[in-house]
Amino acid sequence: MLAWTIYITFFGVLVLMLLPRDNARAARIVALLTAIAGCAIAFVGSIQQVQQVDPGQVTTIVKVPWIPAIGANYYLAADGISLMLVVLTGLAAIAGILFSWNIEKRTKEFFAFYLALIGGVYGVFLSFDVLLLFVFYELTIIPKYFLIARWGSTRKEYGAMKLALYSFVGSHLVLIGLIAAWVVAKGQLGQPTLNLMDLSQVHFTTGFQHWVFPLVFVGFAILAGMWPFHTWAPTGHVAAPTAGSMLLAGVVMKLGAYGCLRVAMVMFPEGAREWQWAIAALAVIGIIYGAGVALVQRDFKFVIGYSSVSHMGFVLLGLATLNTIGLDGAVLQMFSHGIIAGLLFAVVGRMVYDRTHTRDFNDLETMQLGKLLPFAGVTFVIAGIASMGLPGFSGFVAEFQVLMGAWTVFPKMTILAGVGILIGVAYTLRAIQKGFYSDAPPKSVDHDHPMEPITVAERFGAVMLIGASLVIGLFPGLLMNWIEPCFKSPLFARLLSGGAQ
Amino acid sequence: MNYLELLQLSAPEVIVTVTMLLVLGADLTVLRGKSIAVRFNFGAMLSILGCVSAALLAFTRHVEADPLNGLLVVNPASDFVKATLLVLTIFTILISTSGKFTDHVGEYLSLILLGTIGLMFLVSTEDLLMVFISLEFASLALYILTAFNKHNEKSAEAALKYFLFGGMSAAFLLFGFSLLYGISGSTNLHEIAIGIAGKGFDPLLLVALVTTVIGFGFKIAAVPFHLWAPDAYEGAPTPSAAFIGSGSKVASFYVLAKIFTLGFVGAEGSAVWHGYLSGWTPVIAIIAALSMVLGNLTAIVQSSVKRMLAYSAIAHAGYMLLGVVSNTSVSASAMMFYVITYALTTIGAFGVVMVVEDATGGDAIANFNGLSKRAPGLALCLMIFLLSLGGIPPLAGFIGKFFLFSAVVSFGENLGLLWLVILAIAMSAVSFYYYLRVLKAAYVEDAAAEAPAIKVPLLTFLALVLLALLVILLGVAPGLLTRFL
Repeated sequence: MLAWTIYITFFGVLVLMLLPRDNARAARIVALLTAIAGCAIAFVGSIQQVQQVDPGQVTTIVKVPWIPAIGANYYLAADGISLMLVVLTGLAAIAGILFSWNIEKRTKEFFAFYLALIGGVYGVFLSFDVLLLFVFYELTIIPKYFLIARWGSTRKEYGAMKLALYSFVGSHLVLIGLIAAWVVAKGQLGQPTLNLMDLSQVHFTTGFQHWVFPLVFVGFAILAGMWPFHTWAPTGHVAAPTAGSMLLAGVVMKLGAYGCLRVAMVMFPEGAREWQWAIAALAVIGIIYGAGVALVQRDFKFVIGYSSVSHMGFVLLGLATLNTIGLDGAVLQMFSHGIIAGLLFAVVGRMVYDRTHTRDFNDLETMQLGKLLPFAGVTFVIAGIASMGLPGFSGFVAEFQVLMGAWTVFPKMTILAGVGILIGVAYTLRAIQKGFYSDAPPKSVDHDHPMEPITVAERFGAVMLIGASLVIGLFPGLLMNWIEPCFKSPLFARLLSGGAQ
Repeated sequence: MNYLELLQLSAPEVIVTVTMLLVLGADLTVLRGKSIAVRFNFGAMLSILGCVSAALLAFTRHVEADPLNGLLVVNPASDFVKATLLVLTIFTILISTSGKFTDHVGEYLSLILLGTIGLMFLVSTEDLLMVFISLEFASLALYILTAFNKHNEKSAEAALKYFLFGGMSAAFLLFGFSLLYGISGSTNLHEIAIGIAGKGFDPLLLVALVTTVIGFGFKIAAVPFHLWAPDAYEGAPTPSAAFIGSGSKVASFYVLAKIFTLGFVGAEGSAVWHGYLSGWTPVIAIIAALSMVLGNLTAIVQSSVKRMLAYSAIAHAGYMLLGVVSNTSVSASAMMFYVITYALTTIGAFGVVMVVEDATGGDAIANFNGLSKRAPGLALCLMIFLLSLGGIPPLAGFIGKFFLFSAVVSFGENLGLLWLVILAIAMSAVSFYYYLRVLKAAYVEDAAAEAPAIKVPLLTFLALVLLALLVILLGVAPGLLTRFL
């Protein structure tokens, strides 16, 4: 059933392409219906699977031979981690469409690219054949590029090209690693395979893992915003249209983190152990650097862009712990950041920028947006609190677990990451204050062009995302029951055994 | 062996020859005075009919014969390559039907068919003499096809350049072949292999090897013998460029691989990392590496899309040569998959360029601005072709690369050729940039105000859509092609 998330999304692309060119309204509705259908399938399918089988178990959805000569299968499957990310994708897809309801320029093409991106993302999260995963992974690059280059703002072509090239270079690093691993695995097993479950049982020599692991891990981590390969993220996020940055931060960065966990770490566990320290160090640098840079930005959207780098640092730190609690936290942080970053970008990009046409704090300070757009102000405050990691929201549960996991392995770096959280509080409060509740003297308000009130679509999207973060914050067990069993499955056995005790 | 049997064995070639004569005759007699469009469409239909029947014959007969000691070798493999060549010719003819570059329709079509005949003989021989004759036969047709746009000085310049370089490469090739004959006493590839076996790597063989590589290097436009290619691609009428970049490439690579793997047995040497041994594989490895690097880096700075495609062709020749370097049966079939899908894609890309060039008067990247609005279908086809060339899944170009690279890495014990593949993958990441530049013009930039919609000629569009579907299909289900290779 879950496979239909992919099919229905691409079907939506097809329908959009066949629509008449000027009918923007029809395009929006088709896109929204497709996203809702995808999300509903994701929800129902996930809950069904969790009820029927242990969520830690990799459950096959469909498996047919694809290219027998190289051992490739069309193999879709899901365990709890995939389920969680598929649900996240569904939510992010709906929210993104609600917040881009006001796209008037070539609406149909916009949503066609948008849905193509979503379809690719669903595909990555459900693929258990590494070639298939790679195919879906690269499939997302093209729509990303066009969404930003065509519908973006500030230096959009530069940002789009940078993102596309970074993604492409990253995925090519992965490709080198995969081809090498395929050849070695073929030599050991006597037959070619690209099945992740088989590859995870192949014993690659330590020397081989020593160089292949960093290649594949970095290849994926580029897209997860790992310092120092993060520079695409702020420019890309800022250049993208609102829905684009929501998806970039919400799900595309998760593709990278997911690839790190699912492919690099599962296939090359010894390499992961060997490079654990390096990853943790880069993650902590990312956390502090991202937060520090966010603290001094004048552009509202850059604050959120750099905060994404900082928050994704927690995901990477959690992955680097190689213990169950840290990994749990990392996976939950993927979900949490996906929701919260999406919300923050929605406020900045759609609610504020589309109405004020500026993101400069110096201008925003004089606008008293807290009074003009009270809903935007309140939403941003809630999202900000969630982003700071206050209890009650999903971010707290996730980051807390990451830090607990990290404490047992690298205590010093954990303290530094804690400092990063403090800086996070500072830049969030600064953004709230400068963006909405400044006491700077107001400029004369332009009464001829009053601001468009917050639309129903926006309210709906905001409530949905806040609700998701709140529910997971208050009842983390809902998702932890999906995530925790995964790390007991044989897929992760070699990664976790012999790791940090 | 009588002539009737010979005719039977070469029936596909005979059919194409007869078609060629019919097309020429019809155009010079009954079609005189008709409009160019009518002559083109009628001539094209006739040629396609001939090509289809020849292709069907080659594809469906299962004959193995070698009646003349290697001069004419018919087997399923060569027959399949022949059928492929004919399919490529059909697509070339389809996209040329809307051409406005000439009023000598009959001559143009018959030259394409003549070139095809040369290529067909080229792939079904294992004898150096026949290789040389059919290669020159096909090349002569290509030289003239390049010069066919008489209104364009560049076309003449391109043809002259192509001809001079081609003539020189023929001289090198002949020199190398004559040395091989001198060493081994035969022109048959298998006998040459026996003849040079056990003689060690003597200087004479080295000279023969190097001159053969130079000769073929020119034909496939590999660095450093590539200088004619950008000018020829840019100046030639676009369908001719498509033909040079597709059919001729498939045949050249097929026969190149055959000569080295059959004729130079025992002189392979080794190109593996830290395991260098002199022989022909390291020579080709160096040429491949140079082609990938130089082709891709130079393509970045081109503003003419045809020149960009020419440099990208040079880069792709570099990837394909990897399949020759690793010299296994798996890598050979991976290389053929790559060459064939590349050829299909390249015809498509040139077809789109031709339509845009006819509508806007140039092939600069800026001429593609706003294509997605002016001709949405065309822009989508262009996107599929360029992304396939760039190696984006799930298109044929990606699967081709995966087959090829994984076959090359599988060579030997210790991933010895991985260095070449790493270079190739790094360069293919570079290539994405320049393909994306064209797509950016088509999808992101706006056309000049008031630019009208582009009317795409029906037959050409049909061919482009078919090609795009093939590129997707071969990417999603590569088994359709791999089982013949």
